[in-house]
Amino acid sequence: MPFRPRDRDWHPRPLDPQYRTSITRSPSQPLLRIDQTASELTGPVFTASDIGPLDHDLLANHGDGNPIGERIVVHGRVTDEDGRAVPHTLVEIWQANAGGRYRHHIDGYLAPLDPNFGGCGRVLTDAQGHYSFRTVKPGAYPWPNGPNTWRPAHIHFSLFGTAFAQRLVTQMYFEGDPLVPRCPIVSTIPDPRAIDLLIAPLDMDAATPFDHLAYRFDIVLRGRDSTPFENRMEGN
Amino acid sequence: MKETPSQTAGPFLHIGLAPQVAGVEGVRDLGTQIIAPDTPGERIRIDGIIRDGAGDPVKDAMIEVWQADASGSHDPGLWGRISADFATGEWSFETIKPGAGQGAAPHLTLYILARGINIGLHTRLYFADEDNAADPVLARVPEPRRATLIAREKGGAYRFEIVLQGADETVFFDA
Repeated sequence: MPFRPRDRDWHPRPLDPQYRTSITRSPSQPLLRIDQTASELTGPVFTASDIGPLDHDLLANHGDGNPIGERIVVHGRVTDEDGRAVPHTLVEIWQANAGGRYRHHIDGYLAPLDPNFGGCGRVLTDAQGHYSFRTVKPGAYPWPNGPNTWRPAHIHFSLFGTAFAQRLVTQMYFEGDPLVPRCPIVSTIPDPRAIDLLIAPLDMDAATPFDHLAYRFDIVLRGRDSTPFENRMEGN
Repeated sequence: MKETPSQTAGPFLHIGLAPQVAGVEGVRDLGTQIIAPDTPGERIRIDGIIRDGAGDPVKDAMIEVWQADASGSHDPGLWGRISADFATGEWSFETIKPGAGQGAAPHLTLYILARGINIGLHTRLYFADEDNAADPVLARVPEPRRATLIAREKGGAYRFEIVLQGADETVFFDA
């Protein structure tokens, strides 16, 4: 069964002059709508053998000690638009350290690298679609877009779902961050209700006393279309 | 429920998607090889570059490849990730020529991520030396733009240049 059409008005505008790099990297022609074929209705399958024992634990998967920063758990559930769990699907994250510095050779921000923080994490969701990472809260950082543009604290997320058509790359923000409404990348999303879906609330129920706070980020992938196409093409 | 909205992968995507390329130890890379030594099929190399609307190479881009096997089946299919060269923007990978399947001409599905791309771009790579006449997706593409989806042999590899914007802009799909 094919997936529902993607609501392109809900997603960020490909071209938003406030986000400078999008000016030359966004297609000028409209996307060409095609019916889904085997290429889009299938996708790579990842298994437990793809995941290292510390891949979920950014507090431990780089260096020999604990990284500096606010210890947090980021967890949530991956479902489709019909609320069905997406089990055993790959979730990848990456982020800056607590000072807002990325472990990447092209990042030259003043804040130092942390020898105990890499910033990469990877898990499979469980049978009910749940995932969980341990990490530190990333710092905000400046970037060359406007004269004084700062990214709010954020964690990048990559999801595969069950088929290429569900592929999603996004960013999670933190409840209460005053930089979120000032961010030109956040603002590429026109609908404030869509932005709200990217803001993870503090989740004290999942915090562990004297250890870590927690934030909850649920993720929704495209759902299957229940109404068959009138003029389906070959390969659907 | 509504789908979670996309955001750009940003310039540091390698940390999460190809940590070894970024220089992050501790987590290994997935998809560095699309094929295994014993994968059946004709070995091919594909190289290219992604250019932006100003003609500049997109050096921070990542391409994900999803394709059928030599018999045309996506069960289990072949998948991999290729990072553009940080200095030149050139990229290159080895795979096998996919088979035709379900009326489709042999093709690769490509997903392009980079800073400035707010929602990943979906395109396809077809081969100039295959019979593409009956492919239903190519048939939807206006004839003058079809060439943007067709890789041509050049110097022992297939060359495929992706243009994000402007004249000769690659066709991107909404599927």
